[in-house]
Amino acid sequence: MAHIQLKNITKKFGSHTALRNLNLDIGDGEFFVLLGETGAGKTTTLRIIAGLDKPTAGQVFIDGIDVADWGAAERDVALVLQQYSLYPRYTVRQNLEFPLKSKLRRVGDAEIAERVDRVAKTLRIDHLLERKTDRLSGGEMQRVSIGRAIVRKPRVFLMDEPLSALDAKLREALRTELKNIQMNLGQTFLFVTHDQIEAMSMGDKIGVLNHGNLVQTGTPSEIYNNPKNTFVARAVGSPPMNLVHGKLVSGRAVLDAVEQELPYAGKLGATVGDGRDVTFGIRPEDIVVDSGAPIAARVHDVENHGVEKILTLRVADTTLHATVSAQTKLAIDEDVRFSWNPEKVVVFDKATGKSLQHAA
Amino acid sequence: MGRERALATAVMTTLDPKSRAASRGMSDIAIRNLFIIPTIVFLIVFNIFPLLYSLGYSFTDFRASSPAAANFVGLQNYRELLNDPFIWTNFAITAKYVIVSVVGQVIVGFGVALLLNRDIPFKGLITTLLLLPMMLSMAVVGLFWKLLYDPSFGIINYVLGLGRFEWLSNPDVALYAVAITDIWMWSPFVMLLSLAGLSAVPKHLYEAAAIDRAGTLYTFFRITLPLVAPILMIAIIFRTMEAFKTFDLAYIMTSQPTTEVISIRLYKMAFQEWQTGRSCALAYIVLIMVLAITNIYVKYLNKVKER
Repeated sequence: MAHIQLKNITKKFGSHTALRNLNLDIGDGEFFVLLGETGAGKTTTLRIIAGLDKPTAGQVFIDGIDVADWGAAERDVALVLQQYSLYPRYTVRQNLEFPLKSKLRRVGDAEIAERVDRVAKTLRIDHLLERKTDRLSGGEMQRVSIGRAIVRKPRVFLMDEPLSALDAKLREALRTELKNIQMNLGQTFLFVTHDQIEAMSMGDKIGVLNHGNLVQTGTPSEIYNNPKNTFVARAVGSPPMNLVHGKLVSGRAVLDAVEQELPYAGKLGATVGDGRDVTFGIRPEDIVVDSGAPIAARVHDVENHGVEKILTLRVADTTLHATVSAQTKLAIDEDVRFSWNPEKVVVFDKATGKSLQHAA
Repeated sequence: MGRERALATAVMTTLDPKSRAASRGMSDIAIRNLFIIPTIVFLIVFNIFPLLYSLGYSFTDFRASSPAAANFVGLQNYRELLNDPFIWTNFAITAKYVIVSVVGQVIVGFGVALLLNRDIPFKGLITTLLLLPMMLSMAVVGLFWKLLYDPSFGIINYVLGLGRFEWLSNPDVALYAVAITDIWMWSPFVMLLSLAGLSAVPKHLYEAAAIDRAGTLYTFFRITLPLVAPILMIAIIFRTMEAFKTFDLAYIMTSQPTTEVISIRLYKMAFQEWQTGRSCALAYIVLIMVLAITNIYVKYLNKVKER
């Protein structure tokens, strides 16, 4: 159990700045997901917390103690990497025993056996215990490396894209499993991923990283419904939030593309002058396709996802995504009309991309 | 119409493999033979033929120094050699030499490889310099180590402050002195192979071990060693074979009876005592021993690889 704080962490590799003034607060027992693209600094953050890399500037606190001088062993963290890093030539059991057999922690043989068996049962790898690790499938290997992390009862779990190398089915299964494990153990988890679905479905809190800057932290619903800027708006959600340019004129939204207006009922943090250039953000599921709606569009593409259909609508020279129920019958090139849910519209400054709904 | 046909014929000619080879003057098979045949001829004339011919001699009392014809004596040479206690002394000396020099080379070579496997400045330059001894000729190494060991002006006694300590003329020390030279010369070989093995160990395994709170020694024995073991075994096989048939160093540096390894005995038997038939038999005994030892190693190597 641990509370982790990063204060003004900067990390440079030569002339390249991987992290810039990062401040992060991960509460005890929280499942925190760091979301970002490749090269955003996710892994670097993780490695700094683990003690594998030293920050160029800034401090790391674990339970309020500055751990700058602590090595990876003293920090008592567990790390699960994308590339499994199982010890080759050992059986699954030997791999699971490895962290317990270190001299730093004296654990009795009976307890080792008991803990390994319990972890193996939790992860459903108990039938593989005597097998060599090179005879395992990808999913099994990743279970073993998660098992090796759990068996130790560390203070913090750090996971670096542990599910990315797995196929879709397995990824889903392990996602729920990991979340369950975290809930049962009540441990602090820091989970790094580029997959926004993983972030949304697993995280108690999400931090969105962009080029070494932490853009926004918040619960999944805060991030989803009230993104701080257009980057976050595009990073989370599949398909991502629609962004259309327009103006706010006396409380109504005027879209530049069609010069038509739609109702607006959002709350603004700052007062927005009439006629100011803004970008409207609207989630695909908040676009309403209806024959009586004000704006005309043409169906450009229909993607059937089973439970729903994702429409690509062409409106003048912009495209919008809309999700509709799978029962809706629409053909490509059909003319439709749409509106949006006025309460769900997010307004961004057109120039800076910053949300005008957040307090300035 | 006529032009089109001519074009078609031209295309066909270039596409046809037979005519293409013919235009080059030689088929692929002919070129292959041209490269392989000289090597095969060379091997047969200088290796296979003498090998089989000496096998024949080993069953005779032939002496290359006398005009007398060779008489077939059956297994007499082998019987006598295997019952000769002096020969067994030579084998014992050889075994001692092999163990000392191979163990020394593995410790020094692997140790230096471990040091070089870190991030140190001028790593490439240091590695290259360390490889130099291996590239020298055995005879040259033997001659200048003889000077280094010299009791009156040698630098080794001077540096170690041993006064006039006798290295090469002291029967108790001479073999070890030769082994030390061999260690100096061939540790780089073990180092080179170990370095290749060490750099192939994925870095994330060490990170995982650090996270798992494994100590340095524990990490070394549980991760480094098992992963480097196969390539280290190959180095050991090579060095054992070489040390077993070592001749030049020991022959050049000293002439003590305690340094008479089996190949020196063989040389003396063949070219000083002119017992050609008998020495051929001894050579075959040595060959069989080397093959046996190598086989044991290879079996073990496969086991190490499986683990």
